[in-house]
Amino acid sequence: MADPAIAIVGAGPAGIRAAEALSRHGLSAILVDEAPKGGGQIYRQPPDSFQGPASSRYGFEARKASALHLTIKRLATAIDYRPSTLAWNVCNGRLDTLCAGRGESVVFDILVIATGAMDRMLPLPGWTLPGVYALGGAQIALKYQGCAIGQNTVFLGTGPLLYLVAYQYAKAGAKIEAVLDVNPAHAKRRALFALASSPRTLAKGIYYRASLGTHGIAVEEGVTPMGIAGTDEVRDVHYRRGSVDKSVRCDAVGLGFGLKSETQDGESTVSGVYLAGDGAGIGGADAAELWGERVGLSIAARCGRRHDASRIAKIDRRLARLARFRAGLERAFPLPLLGSTLPDDTILCRCESIRVGQVKDAIRAFDVVEMNRMKAISRVGMGRCQGRMCGHAAAELLAAETRQDLAAVGRLRGQPPIKPLPMPWPGTP
Amino acid sequence: MKPSPLAQHSTDEAAQPRMVRLIEAERARLTFSLDGAPATAREGDTILTAVLTARRYLAESAGGEDTRAGFCLMGACQECWVAVDGTRARACSTLVTAGMSVATGGHFTVG
Ligand SMILES: Cc1cc2nc3c(=O)[nH]c(=O)nc-3n(C[C@H](O)[C@H](O)[C@H](O)COP(=O)(O)OP(=O)(O)OC[C@H]3O[C@@H](n4cnc5c(N)ncnc54)[C@H](O)[C@@H]3O)c2cc1C
Ligand code: FES
Repeated sequence: MADPAIAIVGAGPAGIRAAEALSRHGLSAILVDEAPKGGGQIYRQPPDSFQGPASSRYGFEARKASALHLTIKRLATAIDYRPSTLAWNVCNGRLDTLCAGRGESVVFDILVIATGAMDRMLPLPGWTLPGVYALGGAQIALKYQGCAIGQNTVFLGTGPLLYLVAYQYAKAGAKIEAVLDVNPAHAKRRALFALASSPRTLAKGIYYRASLGTHGIAVEEGVTPMGIAGTDEVRDVHYRRGSVDKSVRCDAVGLGFGLKSETQDGESTVSGVYLAGDGAGIGGADAAELWGERVGLSIAARCGRRHDASRIAKIDRRLARLARFRAGLERAFPLPLLGSTLPDDTILCRCESIRVGQVKDAIRAFDVVEMNRMKAISRVGMGRCQGRMCGHAAAELLAAETRQDLAAVGRLRGQPPIKPLPMPWPGTP
Repeated sequence: MKPSPLAQHSTDEAAQPRMVRLIEAERARLTFSLDGAPATAREGDTILTAVLTARRYLAESAGGEDTRAGFCLMGACQECWVAVDGTRARACSTLVTAGMSVATGGHFTVG
């Protein structure tokens, strides 16, 4: 049997380790990533003009980052690695890609989707004001461009990244006005046992949190965000703690409530399509590397290559331990229910500036009970971002308005192109 | 005619740009054209970085009722479209090159 054509989308920890495992077993893959350099989100490489050491960029993870960068550098000559290439459609064994304005279709027998995660976002009053950035975006500004998102920054939301990014900003010399976590301290204490399954990661988290104190940065937990105020840009963040209304002045906000998969669903049910890394379920960078390798080994086994069963068993044990840690994180930093409590004049859809009240009206007027019908009628989820930013809150809103469970309202179906294509768009030959 | 929200902004807070360079700020300079006027960037800047280290806003929102300054910085939200030498590009994921012409004025709808 001829070797199958294998395509991998995403050159982050998961995609790179999958490609490496395949290559070790004599299988070559086409690896596409829209970024100009490999590494993915956590180990994103800055443009060439940044010459500083890895330690200043990746902190405790510098060794892992350098190892991964070395792997992709070596692989680049051995496999068909295509950076700066967007995958915009998958259909019947064909992957449609775009690189420097040129379209190309890649035919595959086996596809690995390792497209990573993005910020889990919830709308707030004022979240479209200039100066509000996704938390992950705030980190990219620093890691990829050496910049802070503002002169005086507030970090608002929840999740481990909230504390990590605040720590990285403080270390780089940015001025932080406050770190506001919607989850209370006791949620974290209750999760400690599960979190202790990865003691080193837990220790790092505790260190980041503690060092914010050392830098004199106010950290408030268990807050209810009321909104971001300002006329034509961010001026204050308003929040409530207990029964006390508070506000903090700032000109930038890093907003994020954890991470969610860039692919919509966890398990692939299509034969020949594998999901790996954060794109399949949020597990963090170490899990992404292991998961990628695991998928590579599964494919090698499927292609009749000799594989090391003990390595597979070891990866599975480690992934199980990381899953326990992940469950602990979910308990420590759950997503707050905000979508159903937003004031009517809050912009829900950033792309088309559609407000909560307009969506509620549409739901009532047309007896909408399902997400894709809501999209068709209200246009929420139809804009450029395809519901990436507002999808969750829109679902919460629909569930609350129609007194259904969140799961019952369904989810937005994406349409190709998965990301907008630059125009003018030259046709594929 | 309704004045452009960008025009309203140009008077206030002109002194401080939005983004602050903290690390490796002293990279080589290059010049490009921003909305028809000469502008300076550092080598390795994205268009978004170059614009927001010079002023506080990127462009009007798709509907034109307010201004935006990018949001996700990772190519997901699509709020940072600009015209680069006549073609649409995401400001957060396009590096500035010397002599490039960037226009933030109009807004670009996705067909
Ligand atoms: C902004 C951000 C910052 C993060 N920072 C940290 C951190 O500091 N520490 C931490 O432990 N975890 C962090 N995470 C979590 C992090 O995603 C994972 O730990 C790890 O990077 C997951 O690896 P991965 O290989 O699954 O995905 P990623 O590393 O996200 O890699 C996915 C790759 O796929 C590419 N891609 C996506 N869609 C397409 C497409 N359609 N076409 C072509 N290419 C595509 C992307 O360009 C990317 O390079 C962060 C996540 C985000 C979103
Ligand atoms: S800022 Fe979101 S796509 Fe550029």
